[in-house]
Amino acid sequence: MEIKALIDMAGERYNIHSQLEHLQSKYIGTGHADTTKHEWMTNQHRDTYGSILGHFDLLNYMAISENESKARVKFNLVEKMLQPCGPPPEKPED
Amino acid sequence: MLVLEWSLEEAGVMSGTALTRTPHGGQPSLSAMHLYNLTLQRATGITHAIHGNFSGSKLQEIVVSRGKILEILRPDPNTGKVITLLSVEVFGIIRSLMAFRLTGGAKDYIVMGSDSGRIVILEYIPSKNVFEKVHQETYGKSGCRRIVPGQYLAIDPKGRAVMIGAVEKQKLVYILNRDAQARLTISSPLEAHKSNTLVYHLVGVDVGFENPMFACLEMDYEEADSDPTGAGAQNTKQTLTFYELDLGLNHVVRKYSEPLDEHANFLITVPGGNDGPSGVLICSENYITYKNLGEQPDIRCPIPRRRNDLDDPERGMIFVCSAAHKTKSMFFFLAQTEQGDIFKITLEIDEDMVTEIKLKYFDTVPVATSMCVLKTGFLFVGSEFGNHYLYQIAHLGDDDDEPEFSSAMPLEEGDTFFFAPRVLRNLVLVDEMDSLSPITSCQVADLANEDTPQLYMLCGRGPRSSMRVLRHGLEVSEMAVSELPGNPNAVWTVKRRADDEFDSYIIVSFVNATLVLSIGETVEEVTDSGFLGTTPTLSCSTLGEDALVQIYPDGIRHIRADKRVNEWKAPGKRSIFRCAVNQRQVVIALTGGELVYFEMDPTGQLNEYTDRREMPADVVSMSLGSVPTGEQRSRFLAVGLADNTVRIISLDPSDCLSPLSMQALPALPESLCIAEMGASEDTQQGTIYLNIGLENGVLLRTVLDPVTGDLADTRTRYLGSRPVKLFRIKMQGGEAVLAMSSRSWMSYYFQNRFHLTPLSYEILEYAAGFSSEQCPEGVVAISTNTLRILAMEKLGAIFNQMSFNLEYTPKKFAVHSETGHLLIIETDHNAYTEETKSQRRIQMAEEMKDAAGPDEQELAQEMADAFLHEDLPDSNFGAPKAGPGMWASIVRIMDPVEGKTYFFYRFPQNEAAMSLAYVKFATQGEFQHFVLVGVAKDLQLAPRTAGQNYIYTFKINADCTELDFIHKTVVEEVPYAMCPFQGKVLVGVGKTLRLYDYGKKKLLKKSENKHLPNLIVHIVTSGARIYVSDVQESVHFIKFRRSDNQLIVFADETNPRWVTTSCVLDYDTVAVADKFGNVAVLRLPPNTSDNVDEDPSGTKALWDRGLLSGASNKLEVLCNFHVGEIVLSLQKSTLIPGGNESLVYTTLSGSIGILVPFTSHEDHDFFQHLEMHMRSENTPLSGRDHLSFRSYYFPVRNVIDGDLCEQFNSMDPAKQRSIGEDLDRTPNEVAKKLEDIRTHFAF
Repeated sequence: MEIKALIDMAGERYNIHSQLEHLQSKYIGTGHADTTKHEWMTNQHRDTYGSILGHFDLLNYMAISENESKARVKFNLVEKMLQPCGPPPEKPED
Repeated sequence: MLVLEWSLEEAGVMSGTALTRTPHGGQPSLSAMHLYNLTLQRATGITHAIHGNFSGSKLQEIVVSRGKILEILRPDPNTGKVITLLSVEVFGIIRSLMAFRLTGGAKDYIVMGSDSGRIVILEYIPSKNVFEKVHQETYGKSGCRRIVPGQYLAIDPKGRAVMIGAVEKQKLVYILNRDAQARLTISSPLEAHKSNTLVYHLVGVDVGFENPMFACLEMDYEEADSDPTGAGAQNTKQTLTFYELDLGLNHVVRKYSEPLDEHANFLITVPGGNDGPSGVLICSENYITYKNLGEQPDIRCPIPRRRNDLDDPERGMIFVCSAAHKTKSMFFFLAQTEQGDIFKITLEIDEDMVTEIKLKYFDTVPVATSMCVLKTGFLFVGSEFGNHYLYQIAHLGDDDDEPEFSSAMPLEEGDTFFFAPRVLRNLVLVDEMDSLSPITSCQVADLANEDTPQLYMLCGRGPRSSMRVLRHGLEVSEMAVSELPGNPNAVWTVKRRADDEFDSYIIVSFVNATLVLSIGETVEEVTDSGFLGTTPTLSCSTLGEDALVQIYPDGIRHIRADKRVNEWKAPGKRSIFRCAVNQRQVVIALTGGELVYFEMDPTGQLNEYTDRREMPADVVSMSLGSVPTGEQRSRFLAVGLADNTVRIISLDPSDCLSPLSMQALPALPESLCIAEMGASEDTQQGTIYLNIGLENGVLLRTVLDPVTGDLADTRTRYLGSRPVKLFRIKMQGGEAVLAMSSRSWMSYYFQNRFHLTPLSYEILEYAAGFSSEQCPEGVVAISTNTLRILAMEKLGAIFNQMSFNLEYTPKKFAVHSETGHLLIIETDHNAYTEETKSQRRIQMAEEMKDAAGPDEQELAQEMADAFLHEDLPDSNFGAPKAGPGMWASIVRIMDPVEGKTYFFYRFPQNEAAMSLAYVKFATQGEFQHFVLVGVAKDLQLAPRTAGQNYIYTFKINADCTELDFIHKTVVEEVPYAMCPFQGKVLVGVGKTLRLYDYGKKKLLKKSENKHLPNLIVHIVTSGARIYVSDVQESVHFIKFRRSDNQLIVFADETNPRWVTTSCVLDYDTVAVADKFGNVAVLRLPPNTSDNVDEDPSGTKALWDRGLLSGASNKLEVLCNFHVGEIVLSLQKSTLIPGGNESLVYTTLSGSIGILVPFTSHEDHDFFQHLEMHMRSENTPLSGRDHLSFRSYYFPVRNVIDGDLCEQFNSMDPAKQRSIGEDLDRTPNEVAKKLEDIRTHFAF
């Protein structure tokens, strides 16, 4: 019995793992155990900019506060999505 | 203590679900707040505009998106006036819009990309005046997500495929085709994804009939993400990628990708196939580049800059939008820069190769989001903010002295061309469409003392901003006013021939005479018309083909075309008392109540019907409907009698003059009018309505059954204090009714809805329709001794507005209570003050002189002088952009009734006015009033840092025409919010709430609380309670304990809300609006406020660790609703005299709406069911689920969407019936309910 349960668990874990991988490839920004703070932040910022681009009144709001044309604000937002939180930190050598 | 009670238990009708408390800590009573959302005026800003032949006729229409509203407009090719054909709320966010046409088709379809995760193809059906969903294909999750397509749309110019793209990664291609029945078909999607890739823009490339191709501006961020040195991001290039749809293989391939030198923001398709060289124009910062596949070398031309521009020299220049025009022989593009300058772009082509790009300065118009060039030679400009325009393109700028810039002209790298902006030369303004967007602040008040309150709002941005005063009413334009020799009683217009387009005569009746005026170039008196001039006239009309009829007290005069006159004399001593007449029939009532009926026979003879009919009481009023086309007569006569009844009498030959039906009335029927309304352009029959104007000022509108003559479904509306007189006029091809009481009203059917709107005009006494060449659909009216010709052009508009210009973006205003003057602060980022601007000009003029050589001195001097005296208004040409961190602000005193500015105080450069309070300090006596302005110096927007911050104190003089600067107080953070409070002032200094009192040298700090989370953005008060809104942490309830001089936070909320504004509804309840377009009502749970008030030391609340790391009490959410546009003002007020209170909100996109409480359970129940049925039977056009849209950020709670419910009126009659059956009501009863709740609170 015990052995069977173990195998089941392993199978399930494997299954969850593959499901996660599927999610991670399908939905950008799905986290994993090794997500760094920088990755998470970058992803949050990109999501936010993407959302502002889509919501017309948030775009209006930004355009008014910055006193720039809406086209310029849109352009700047996509530009900022390249690297919204600066370059990634050095990866520690394993 | 001031206690404002808004909850419903006061009305004593709602009881049930949730708990609320009565003021003063009494027993909690059972109640919940249920609100009904109604839009009074829809959003006016435009986010997208496309043009095409959407109705399938020769005329071109424009389809615009106003954020969540889809609207179809038609510019009249003759007059140039833009008419709205249809406007539909789609309950989703329209993110992209495209028109397309299948090869060989004559009708354009609309593709819409929205936040629904679905692609929707719509068709406009002109006969029903609706948008019909042809296809709706689901591809992803809903919401504006970065990898779900919807943001971009591209169409193959031959209409064979559409690509829909997301901001990142995903792109889908759908193939469009026809089936055997020539219906549009859509394929399953083909993927063209590329991960880690951002998309700037997407267009279809015109490749003729080869495989459809799409061009895409992309940027791959993968490398930048993995390079810790930052060099990866520096070196990331934008690429232009072509995607080809292989129609044979049913597959999309990434055909070709090329890195670009500079980052571009959008693409323009160049005509291909037989019409041009194909390829794309890439609009990037400072440059425009032509690119195509194959041998074609890149052609690149700098974007010309304004000569001697005051802009920040570091700034680049981009194009913001473009429009293309193509005929068989040529094509050109109009592209607009950020400054509003339009360039005409043409391409030189040599053997299918582009050799040169030519740019020519065309004209300058306000910066647009979209432009459309129509085939009729109009340019439609949908402005970013403020009013929209329609221009006539008078010249193409082909042969003038304006210099043409070309890519072939040699220039050094980094150099550019210069041009001089000037007033319009090629464009002529033909129509202006009002837009309130953005509304930054609004207050409802009756400052002009007019009984009905006005809406005062701050609108617009930068130099195009304005203070607007909105009044309920239809704008009336006065075409002509002429004085008459006496006071006339009545006026009519007649045509000489029935098929004439315009009216020929105006007939004016006096007490003892009749005046006939002929309409031509001028309006002048004539005597040869055949009308009897020596008697007053009762009525007149065109009769049959070409005859006229005049009814006067002693008889009827029938004037034939050849001026033969037939007279019918009234018998004996009786005279004609009342009459009704139409194109073929005349009915008169003789004194004593006898009816005599005449009808025209086929020979044109007017024959009396053999019988007469005695009425049971005196006839007070009569009306005949128009003769329906193709019929001999109108079958019904409506007669109003002195016994307070109205009777319908048949005129059918089989039962002529027999009574059909009767309705009892509450008062004497002063006037009657039968009108057919609700007919659409085509064959569709309208409904016949009998309008009854009562002596007591009430208007009744009743449906007249076209078969039986029964009267049903009566709607009532009080119009004014005087008896109501009614007149039938023509409006937009249909019939409308003018009703005159102490105010004039117009009742008309427009866009599937009845409108009953007062005219914003002085009292009128009598009116008739009027049609001439200058004024095809007007009204001629009399008022005392004048004759006026009026036109009502802005049908459908509920408000009529007055607009007064301001200088910078207005932020906030306060009303000076004694004089009604407004104190306004205006602040612009990225701007120069007047002083800096003139300094910069002088400096540049000096540089010009210095740069010139010794022999050019004179010329340089001349140029410098010309430059200094150049005066191009900022409102058209845009204010110079000074760069980030540069601010300009003023505080102004304005009289909103006259629009006069009494005074302004200009703050020095880089001081930004952020908040304003109008304060009466208790220590300074009752008669000294102050205005406080919170100012940030050298403020940077992101991240927010400020050099220094002040509170300016000004003293207002007694008649509020001047401000006297007293002192400024330094504070350590930006003062974003201020509010007067118990003779002192509360200031939100960053995240500190502080109480200040007046001091001689500066304001004196009295008390403070540092426990607010981030940044205080709004403060409102009620009694000793203070409601403070945080920039992202919702509302905090604060109690001021005077005895201990403490500000104690005793309640907050668990939901994050990025509050923009708030409003106190009652002592325990506030309404808040947030940056994501939500409105919520929050209330303190029962019994809590007592604890705070009674806690003797206050220490418990002060030192309490609180709940969930916040205050000890949590607010309950009573209502939640997603408006869909950012709400920037909330106010509790009554909009109509005698009406109930409602919560009025205005949004950034320019809409005005109200939330109203239900007054009975029955109503609430009814609307809840109606909403439920509407959700399932009337799914939104965007493909978004209505419930999930209204629950965008928070689940919708206790708010019923009236905008959805009102779409009931535009549904298919069969569906209306089926919903009606489920609700146990007829469709008319449902419509009446909808109308009632609207008129109860607003208009």
